[in-house]
Amino acid sequence: MMEEVKEVTSALSVHGHNIKITDVVKDGDALTFVIVSQKLSGTGEYHVDRTWDDFEWLQQHLFSQEDVPGLQGVIFPPLPAKASGNASAKIMKQLGVLGLGEWQPYCKALETFLQQVATHKILNKNKAVEVFLTSSDAPGRQKVKKNIFNRLSQAVEEMRKEGHKDVDEFFQTERDHNLVLTGCTKTAAEKFLDMVLTEQKIAVACGHFSAALHLCVEPGEDPDKKAFSRLCVQISEVFDSMKKNMTSVAENNVNTLGLGLDLESRYQEAEKEMLFRRTCKLVELENARRNAEKAKPVKKAAMEEVKTATQTEFQQICGVARQEIKQFHGVRVKMLQQALVQWCEKQLLTAKESTDQFNQHLQAFRGMAQ
Amino acid sequence: MADTVRDPPPDGTDFHELEDGEELFPEPAAAPEESQPASLPAEDISTNSNGPKQDLLFDDDPEDLFAEATEEVSLDSPERDVLLSDGPSPAITPITPPTSVITPRIGHAHDDMFTHSSFDEIEEEEGGDSFDIHISVSDPEKVGDGMNAYMAYKVTTKTSMSLFKQKDFSVKRRFSDFLGLHSKLASKYLHIGYIVPPAPEKSIVGMTKVKVGKEDQSSNEFVEKRRSALERYLMRTVKHPILLKDPDVLQFLESSELPRAVSTQALSSAGLLRMVNKAADAVNKMTIKMNESDAWFEEKQQHFENLDVQLRKLHASVESLVCHRKELSVNTAQFAKSAAMLGNSEDHTALSRALSQLAEVEEKIDQLHQDQANGDFYLFSELLGDYVRLLTAVKGVFEHRMKTWQKWQDSQMLLQKKREAEAKLQFTNKPDKLQQAKDEIKEEIEELEGKVQQGERDFEQISKTIRKEVSRFEKERVKDFKTIIVKYLESLVLTQQQLIKYWEAFLPEAKAIS
Repeated sequence: MMEEVKEVTSALSVHGHNIKITDVVKDGDALTFVIVSQKLSGTGEYHVDRTWDDFEWLQQHLFSQEDVPGLQGVIFPPLPAKASGNASAKIMKQLGVLGLGEWQPYCKALETFLQQVATHKILNKNKAVEVFLTSSDAPGRQKVKKNIFNRLSQAVEEMRKEGHKDVDEFFQTERDHNLVLTGCTKTAAEKFLDMVLTEQKIAVACGHFSAALHLCVEPGEDPDKKAFSRLCVQISEVFDSMKKNMTSVAENNVNTLGLGLDLESRYQEAEKEMLFRRTCKLVELENARRNAEKAKPVKKAAMEEVKTATQTEFQQICGVARQEIKQFHGVRVKMLQQALVQWCEKQLLTAKESTDQFNQHLQAFRGMAQ
Repeated sequence: MADTVRDPPPDGTDFHELEDGEELFPEPAAAPEESQPASLPAEDISTNSNGPKQDLLFDDDPEDLFAEATEEVSLDSPERDVLLSDGPSPAITPITPPTSVITPRIGHAHDDMFTHSSFDEIEEEEGGDSFDIHISVSDPEKVGDGMNAYMAYKVTTKTSMSLFKQKDFSVKRRFSDFLGLHSKLASKYLHIGYIVPPAPEKSIVGMTKVKVGKEDQSSNEFVEKRRSALERYLMRTVKHPILLKDPDVLQFLESSELPRAVSTQALSSAGLLRMVNKAADAVNKMTIKMNESDAWFEEKQQHFENLDVQLRKLHASVESLVCHRKELSVNTAQFAKSAAMLGNSEDHTALSRALSQLAEVEEKIDQLHQDQANGDFYLFSELLGDYVRLLTAVKGVFEHRMKTWQKWQDSQMLLQKKREAEAKLQFTNKPDKLQQAKDEIKEEIEELEGKVQQGERDFEQISKTIRKEVSRFEKERVKDFKTIIVKYLESLVLTQQQLIKYWEAFLPEAKAIS
């Protein structure tokens, strides 16, 4: 007997795991991204154009969902900072590895964001996701009301709560661990970026040397002159190969581990924010308890109500948070593994190609007359 | 008186006995006298003269001179010390063609060597020995304390050439010894058109650190840089077929004791360049500009000007590369550290292990970067630097050629004046003094004619020598660059192969994470 199951299906009509950003168009300052998603029904694709402001619109909607219990316990997939076609040095620095490689890593990061949102069991029920992915019109650009999730709104005083002692060992451990990991990951990502930037400098220097060698080429029939000119040309080819090699090495770094460390770093920050929200709720709860205890009989009932409501909220948040944390642990390990494997494979390939190329040059030189 | 000597009574035989000379002259007298002419220039030099006397002496019959001087100028004779003395100081104007000063050893097989009047023939006589010599400079050792301390280097020569007494030998030398050798060679050969390789640069800062006893990375690098430069300097010097046979070079390589070179201020290549520039200025100040009848020289000079500019550009480019490479090494080391910390903080066991492995791989890669930076530097940067410095010597010989031309022209002008004076004498009204004046002028004219001829010969000789030297330089240049690029490529291939090893070892670790 087929029961009519009231499916709590996602409002999403497309697959979440294979959303792609296939193109980025630069128009002056503005960057427009082409997003392609596959229909669940298997009958085709959606192609939409979105700017970063549209992404922010989506994120704000996710933050401000009202009918979801324990929403504050969600680790929200992190959205990369806004990039602009003519970004200032400060913004580029903020973007880190995402600012490199002609926006390819940036697109990948946005893509990952969408995939994470679209596959999140709580978040993908938000209609905004469907609208974002399928509507041919750009979503409305009106500013959504401010919410507690807006990082910028967190007052400095609130930051004191970050160190507030927890009542639950599981969460206390997670908070401590997250604190350490966030710092380490951020540092590793920064140092990795430094490496990549220097590799790029080396590639440029090799190019300069190669060009300078061409200046040594002189016309003339004199055999010694010709021999030297020929030698200079060949040496410049070697340096061109070196430039190619270094450029590949840097690209590989950016596209695999660089991206991975960046995402991990931002994801750790997102977990940190979630844990902080929960801690704030905890503080709120402890205050409510105290108020209820101390309340004069007149206010007592009201205070008790507040206390109970806060208690419920807190428990809901904890429930969601535990799940999210568990999921997060699995996802991040997988993601890092993938980044490390891809990184290793790509560098291995580049090293093999370069070895062949350098060997070819070597044979050519050794075979030269005299 | 009982005569124990039964020899024939001195009736007219005294003369003969005296000729045997043994009783009257306890020391061997023959040797110093016969080689007197050879040692003369060494004495004359100190008087700073252009040496007209020498011109007359050696002008006409160089062969005869050598026939006299043969066996006496041997390795063990006392004159050798005079010949091999500190030599003329570089500030001195050129001495005559050194045929008279040096009698280079070519090898015992060549008995007729002393009939050669110039190095051209010596060079063409390569014959028996093929070039087989390898010099290494090693084991820098600090000698002494404080500001009087110095570094002693071991100079080892391995060779099969008959030019040398042994096949494998070493001596201890200090930096000023190298400068001293260079100054002697420069003063002997530069002015006649030979491209004498410049000695490595002095460095007050570098040496002070070493003297003061700073045992840190930068002073170690300085010593290594200097050691390498000294080695390259010696190899470049002995590759020159004429310089190889110079007694100063041989003494430098073989002799366990070397007289201390004094006044080494002017002896560095920078000093040499200053000297050359001063000479060039002196030439330019004269109103006569050289009438270049040979386009080859003009073209070559232009070529070397261009080459100088290009080499400096290349050198700057490589220095920048070396700098970035070192930066990359530092950054890699820092990333390795941060990866290690990440690995330590990581909960997940397999991920933690992989991250620790990653840190180790990065540390190894850091070492590769350092090695590569050294390769960039010691192979390319120093090669280019050496050639920039070598070009100063090349420019120097071109300048000397101009000076030689100038001297020839001066003699000619003077001769012209004297001839005019002679002609005027015909119309003097003082008949009693006329004959004396005529004789005097005739003598002067003869002298000047000789000078003019010599000047022309000198100019032709130096032009010929420079052509050969430039050709040799250009061939060596191709060889040098080719050798370096091959070594460099080998190091590049090695680096990549190492990287492949590291990545192949890491891949399973990464895959094993989950």
